[in-house]
Amino acid sequence: MIQKLTKKQKKTLLRILSSGVLLASLMILGWTGVLPEAWYFRLPLFLTPYGIVGWDVLWKAIRGIRHGQVFDETFLMSIATIGAFCIEEYPEAVFVMLFYQLGELLQNIAVGKSRDSIASLASMRAEEAHVFRGGELVTVSPEEVSVEEVILVRPGERIPLDGVVRDGESELDLSSLTGESMPQAVSAGNCVYSGAINCGGVLEIIVTKPYEESTVAKILELVESSALSKSKAEGAVTKFAKWYTPTVVIAALLLFAIPSIITGDVLRWLRTALVFLVVSCPCALLISIPLAYFGGLGSVSRQGILVKGANHLEALSELDTAVFDKTGTLTEGKFRVFAIRPVDGVEEDQLMELAASAEKQSNHPVARAILEALGDKPVPDADSLEELPGRGISAACEGKRLLVGNRRLMEENQIAVVQPEEFGTLLYIAFDGVFYGSIVITDAVKESAVFALSELRREGVRKIVMLTGDRLETADRVAKIVGVDDYHAELLPLDKVRHVEALLSEKRGTLLFAGDGVNDAPVLALADVGVAMGAIGSDAAIEAADVVLMDDDPQKISAAVRIARFTKRIVRQNIAFALAVKFVVLLLGVIGFSNLFVATFADVGVAVIAVLNAMRTLAYKAKK
Amino acid sequence: MKRVYNFDNLDCANCAAKMEEKIKKIPGVTNASVSFFAQKLVLEGDEARWDEILKEAANAVKTVDSDCTLLVK
Repeated sequence: MIQKLTKKQKKTLLRILSSGVLLASLMILGWTGVLPEAWYFRLPLFLTPYGIVGWDVLWKAIRGIRHGQVFDETFLMSIATIGAFCIEEYPEAVFVMLFYQLGELLQNIAVGKSRDSIASLASMRAEEAHVFRGGELVTVSPEEVSVEEVILVRPGERIPLDGVVRDGESELDLSSLTGESMPQAVSAGNCVYSGAINCGGVLEIIVTKPYEESTVAKILELVESSALSKSKAEGAVTKFAKWYTPTVVIAALLLFAIPSIITGDVLRWLRTALVFLVVSCPCALLISIPLAYFGGLGSVSRQGILVKGANHLEALSELDTAVFDKTGTLTEGKFRVFAIRPVDGVEEDQLMELAASAEKQSNHPVARAILEALGDKPVPDADSLEELPGRGISAACEGKRLLVGNRRLMEENQIAVVQPEEFGTLLYIAFDGVFYGSIVITDAVKESAVFALSELRREGVRKIVMLTGDRLETADRVAKIVGVDDYHAELLPLDKVRHVEALLSEKRGTLLFAGDGVNDAPVLALADVGVAMGAIGSDAAIEAADVVLMDDDPQKISAAVRIARFTKRIVRQNIAFALAVKFVVLLLGVIGFSNLFVATFADVGVAVIAVLNAMRTLAYKAKK
Repeated sequence: MKRVYNFDNLDCANCAAKMEEKIKKIPGVTNASVSFFAQKLVLEGDEARWDEILKEAANAVKTVDSDCTLLVK
């Protein structure tokens, strides 16, 4: 622990320790009666530990006054301790200064620690790139590599720039980008993103983007600037601090002057006034609230969720209505073979091969889904391929007629079909005039979507709505599976805006819109919180949204809400705790039950506790 | 124009709030935000007066906390 401190921190610690030992020995000597009572004897003795620990505070206070900084905390501490010396409360004076410095040191360490763990996010930037130039491998910084150049990434290294794999096979650890720990297999032709760690073999990559435009640079820029937009709570506290300190200081002056004149008991009221001065610094609030949000932001980014500022994290914590785009957000956004239903006597593989041979030349998403499902298996040759618009494909295979298409195609050829139970795009296959079976192709609902929505409800989201440009039938189906409260289908982008506007007018908290960011920019901007999904590689989404999910798992939204709520709870605890303690101590001071020890705790102790409490947001792990 | 500057030795949250307020009052500054945690200042303002603004901002920082420096590159 001690080794990790900076030079300045170590020095302060040493001063605190030596001053503390001196103070303790002086106090023991005082109690045992060894120390003479006379002030001219005691004062210099106690001034020694005071000077050791507090000289820089005094010096700063003096320089502060010269610059017109009267309500500076160093000034307040100096006045309070000098006041304590004046009323011959020597141990108290030293103690206040000692404790103040200790508190400052602890805060300093805590803040530094939080900052470091955020900075470790920045370690996802590779320091160097190995690039082929003139037949040789040279090592340069990633900024110096230009597009089209070929870089080499060895096992264990981070990919420095976005690109396409030219040669090699490997597995990539994307956890610093997406929070996903499952490695991703890549080989020649695949796109790779900077920031990923190469866990397998050597990769040769053709660079597609300069460093400034690469994924890692974009993310780092986002993380860095996210600390700059402030939460409402932070703004409120800053405003509060502006009048809190002067008010308490003026109260201290009045409290000293008026009762002293009336009662004549100057010492008693000077003591009370000093208590006020010590408690007048709003530091506990000023540090702990931004620190809590800072930690919360760090915590979400560890999960592959980038929140563009404390204000957005705050908005997430008040989430009331969640609006989802369907395709690519709740569903996978990609057609896949969902079911293969051959008639009796026909094998699944046979059915697929027949369908594939007809669809081989087609670029239609349905055709691609079938070819993808078949993988590397050989596809039988078919000729006289003929595309029949709105129906399907007619072909000849082994000299016999092959029909692959929708119900209409079958009906027109007088072929009786059996409709499968599954829902989706149905592809019927007939060979040589005989119905062979059907294949169901759908854009499957993401497994995590159902959980994501139920988790959002558990977090208190009142209304979940799905908006889609897709057909009513499909929308209805997806809506039932994932369990939304309401849905609207067959919408144009402008209709989506209209629906979101209507929802905005009836919401109680904040409204979130989650989409894949491709053509949802107007709605993303309109919503209180715009969430772009699967943002790796999509610059437009990063620009338009307030929250960016690096992968496309909708469950991350509820994780973000959970962290946001936790952060808000911490902030509220800190505000309540700090204000309550300070208020009680001020009150006790007025009725004469407070002393400088208690006041120091109320100021410094509370600040340290609040800071430690705030740091919990950094360590918070959203349970899956 | 808008630019971001780093701080050296900004170690008091209260000071950061005061610096922000002072910098906002500099003529030509349209917006300023000091982040204690990021140790950064985001400054927005009149490009024509940028050099003077920067000088005054650095001064304001020094006035609030003499140990702290605004790193103007």
